[in-house]
Order: sequence, then C-alpha cells, then structure tokens
Amino acid sequence: MRAVFSAIVQFLRVVTATPIGRVAMGICVACALLALFAPWVAPFDPTLKHYDSAGKLLRIADPSFKHWLGTTSLGRDVFSQMIWGVRPAMLVGLVVAFGSAVIGANIGLLAGYFGGRSDNLLMRFTDIVMGVPFLPFVIVMLSVFGKDLGSLMLAMTLIMWRASARIVRAQVLSLKQMPFVAAARITGASDLAILYREIAPNIVPLAMVNMAFALAWAITTEASIGFLGFGDPNVISWGSIIYDAFASQAMYRAPWWVAPPGVAIMVLVSAVYLVGREYERVINPRLAGP
Amino acid sequence: MIGFILRRLWFMAITLFVMASVMFLLFRLLPGDPTATVISSALHPDAQAALRASFGLDKPLWQQYLSYVANMARLDFGFSFQTSRPVAEMVGGRLLNTLVLLLPSLLAAYLVGALIGAFIAWRRGGFLDTVSVVLATALQSAPVFWIGMMAILFFSLKLDLFPVGHIITPGREMAPGLAGYFDADVLHHLALPFLVTFSYQLCFPLLLMRTSMLSTIGEDFIDLARMKGLSERKVLLRHAMRNALLPLATTLPMLLGWAVAGSVVIETVFSWPGLGQLMVSAVERNDYPVVQACFLLSAFLTVMGTFVADLLYGLLDPRIVYE
Repeated sequence: MRAVFSAIVQFLRVVTATPIGRVAMGICVACALLALFAPWVAPFDPTLKHYDSAGKLLRIADPSFKHWLGTTSLGRDVFSQMIWGVRPAMLVGLVVAFGSAVIGANIGLLAGYFGGRSDNLLMRFTDIVMGVPFLPFVIVMLSVFGKDLGSLMLAMTLIMWRASARIVRAQVLSLKQMPFVAAARITGASDLAILYREIAPNIVPLAMVNMAFALAWAITTEASIGFLGFGDPNVISWGSIIYDAFASQAMYRAPWWVAPPGVAIMVLVSAVYLVGREYERVINPRLAGP
Repeated sequence: MIGFILRRLWFMAITLFVMASVMFLLFRLLPGDPTATVISSALHPDAQAALRASFGLDKPLWQQYLSYVANMARLDFGFSFQTSRPVAEMVGGRLLNTLVLLLPSLLAAYLVGALIGAFIAWRRGGFLDTVSVVLATALQSAPVFWIGMMAILFFSLKLDLFPVGHIITPGREMAPGLAGYFDADVLHHLALPFLVTFSYQLCFPLLLMRTSMLSTIGEDFIDLARMKGLSERKVLLRHAMRNALLPLATTLPMLLGWAVAGSVVIETVFSWPGLGQLMVSAVERNDYPVVQACFLLSAFLTVMGTFVADLLYGLLDPRIVYE
C-alpha cells in the first residue's frame, strides 16, 4: 500500500514537471471533475426533449445561445449530452485500466518469480489471450451477456491484462536476481513475502505506465462500442452521440452534432497518452534520447 | 528454423482451438433459444424439431461440441440463421475485402511511418519534428470511425472527390476473385477508406520509430560509423535505421490487433463489405454462426500476424536464433 501511495506521489511530481505534462494532467483532472459533477454542470437533462415556441419538436436545431451545440434529431441538447458523455468514458476507462493492471501485474509477478512450469503455463495462457482479437471479442461478449456497462468492462478487462503481464514478468525476471531479494531470503522471508513485499513495490511504476496506455485504449474502445450501437442504451456516451448522428443520417447536415464528441475523445485520449509518456520518459530514461 | 516454424504452427492451432471452444461455450450460455429467429414458432412442432435437428441442436451437448470442432477444422462454419446460406461462402469474399483494405494500408503505413519517424528523429527539436509529433499523437488518439466520418464530410460531400461508401457503384457487379479489385470504380471506392486507414495506422510506427531512433543515435556504433567517414545518409539508412527498426517489428502484432479492431469500425463507416461489417450486422440480427465465423477468422488473422512478425524479427536481427 505504501509503495502504491509513494508511487502516486512520485507520479504526480514527475508528470507535472514539464509544461506538456501539466497541460495533459490538467485535462485529465478536469474530465474527472466534469464526470463527478456532470448533473450540476450540464444545462439540461440530456434526455429532455426541447420544443420551440410553436410547440414543435426542436429537431437538429442550429447552435444557439440556449443550445450551444444545437439539438439532436430527437430534440435533445447536444451540449448536455457531451457533458454526460464524460462519465462512461472515465468510468469504463478507469475500471478497466485498474482491473487489467491488477490482473496483469499478478500474473506477471507469479510467472516471473516462480519460473519453471508455472511460468510456462501462465505465459502460454497469456500467448493465447494475445491472439484474441480485442474489439470482435468485446462485441461477442456484449451480444451474449447483454449490452450494459458491466459486461463491457468485464469483457475489456478479461483481455486487456495481457500486455502488462508480459512486461511485468520481464521486469520480475531481472529483479529477482538483485541482492535485496537474496538478502530477504537469508532473513527467512517466505516466497510470497519476497514477491509481494520486496519485488512488487518495484514494478508499481511500470504497471502505472501500462495503466495509462490501457486507460487511453479503453476510452477509445468504449467509444467504438458506442458508435457500433452496442453501447448501454440507458447511458449517453460520446460514442453513442456519434452513433445517433450517424444513424439518423443527419451528421452531414449538422457537423456541430458529430464533431464535438470526436474532438472530446481525441483531447482526452491524447492527454492520458501524454501523461503516460511523460511518466515513462522519467522511469525509463533511455527513451528520452540524448 | 523448420522446427521453430512447426512448433509455432502447432501452437497457433492450439490457440485457435481454445478460442473456438470458448465461442462454443459462450453461445450455449445465450439466454433464450438462439434458433428463435430462424425457426418460427408458428410452425408445426414436428417441423420445428426437424429444423432444429438440421442444425444438430437435438443431440447432447458433448456430441454437438465434437461435431462443432470437427466442422471448424474443416472450415465448415455451418449455415447462417438469417440467409440459410453456408457461412463459409458468406465470409470468404468478405475476408478478401477486409484484407484488400487492411494489408496494403498497413504495409504502406509501416514503411512511410518508419521513414518519417527516422527522418524527424534525425532532425530532432526542429519545426517539422514538433509538428509531426503533435499531429501524430492527436490523430492516433482520435477515434478512427470519427476520422472516417469527417473525411466523408469533407472529401466526399464538400469536395465531391470520392463516393460516400460501398465497394462499387450500386447496380454494377464486381468481377470474381482478385481481378475484381483492378477496376477503376472499385479503386475509386477503395481510395478514401484506404487513406483513412493509412493515416490512422501511420501514427504509431512513426512515433515509435522516432523514439527508437533517438535512443539508437546515442549508441557508440553510430559514432564509430561516422568516424569511419560514412556519409550521413549511409549512417542513417544502414546503421541507425536498421537497429531502430527492431522495436517496430516486436510491436507489429499489437498494431495488427489495432488494425483488425479498426477495420470493424472503418468498414461500418464506409459500408465496406468486409468481415467486420458482416460481424456487426450479424450481431444485430442474432445470426450466431456468422458471428462465430467472423470472430474466428479475425482471430486467425491476429495469430497469423504475430507469427509473421516473429519471423520478420529474426530477419532483421541476426542475433536472434530460432530454436
């Protein structure tokens, strides 16, 4: 626990050391706050249908002072939907990134530390999971378990751990040769104690870099699923806004409806990715270049 | 080397077998009767039973599983619930369409990405370097289906340069086989989805190559090559780039995974009749045999890509010995 805490403190210090890192981190924090306070920030209920003064449904209205990004084909306020769309992106992203980091780190730790047959078994299993096509698998899982956020997060986590498992294992292989591991063994520490007290704290930074990239990928995938129409029908996400615009064939008439969610995904994913890159550059100085 | 290839092929077979088994289990977990869409409840019960028997659904589960595995091994994916046509027939042409869109763009993206990445790393810190990095990061982060929609909005509707979607002008027939793609109309339809796929896939190798070059340039052997009096171009092409290419080869399987995922949404945006688009529409219609076949074929593509990447890696790095 202390290792995770100090890694987070180090993480924040490292990432906010450069201008790029500060901007990227700022965007991430802003999105997280927006997700928390969406109901108070959004001007309208995102599913509320708006009518004009004559009582007619306000279909695909142009942007106006009241509706900053116009309205959808069902007369709903696009700007409010945009605000609410941060929620599933952040929720799915964080849960999947965290879940897959925990699973991947544990598989990598066990395989790397114990070696031999258990390593072989775990890594062959990881290899099989490596061959699973990600988006098609998620689509199949959603069609079997239903189109809700829970199934989506489960399906993504089941696959996403594979990358960090491999990277963590490689790191553990070199860590277990270190003198501090031998020292712990001499004092009579058990295998599990060595693994989780001595080795695990050292892979936390690496796992966090992977978590950032997993977060970026999870947000993109959540949007893709929404766009394909397999999103939770009760949840408004950036992907589902684009899907609505695409399915109503109005996107070509109303660019202010379809452009903002794409820009939002691009900005958030870039920010998450850059935070990961800034952090990686410091824990792995070789990447910084000469 | 031969032993290595054989062992890898064996492992690929096991991987696909495991995935096929998982698919079998998943689709048996489905709530409700998967045949409800094909077998009308208005039919006489005897007729319903006969139809179910024709899908093999009256046998015990383990028998269904055995015949399922045997059928998959023979590439017999059964019959579509929707069209009652053999699934293998339906997916065959689709697979080719996907590959025609995917492979050339992936190859071009890797080649161009590696060249640009190496070049901007050589001139690091310059204007071109900064602009390329910012652009590539943004483009890589944008959802590719959205880029496709924006491209249609701009190039097709505003400038009227390309058709809005589909593989061929409605009403025309495509020639069978590969010859069908060498047709001005088909190529015209292919151009925009190709450009979108290409520009999306370009970013990752570009950024990776730049990073990899930056760390290679700092190595002693680059100084040595310069000291030998080689021209800058030779140092860049023969010494730095070849070494910097290694991480690109190791990440090729990952990029291939992205490409397969990307092709699902790109095909949907452009109504491109490929595997991904078929899969999406099959899920919407609960046509499980088709969904299953599409999934297994994309798995085959992914696994095959990993295998090819491993072989390539050995070609690039003579230190690797296949055992």
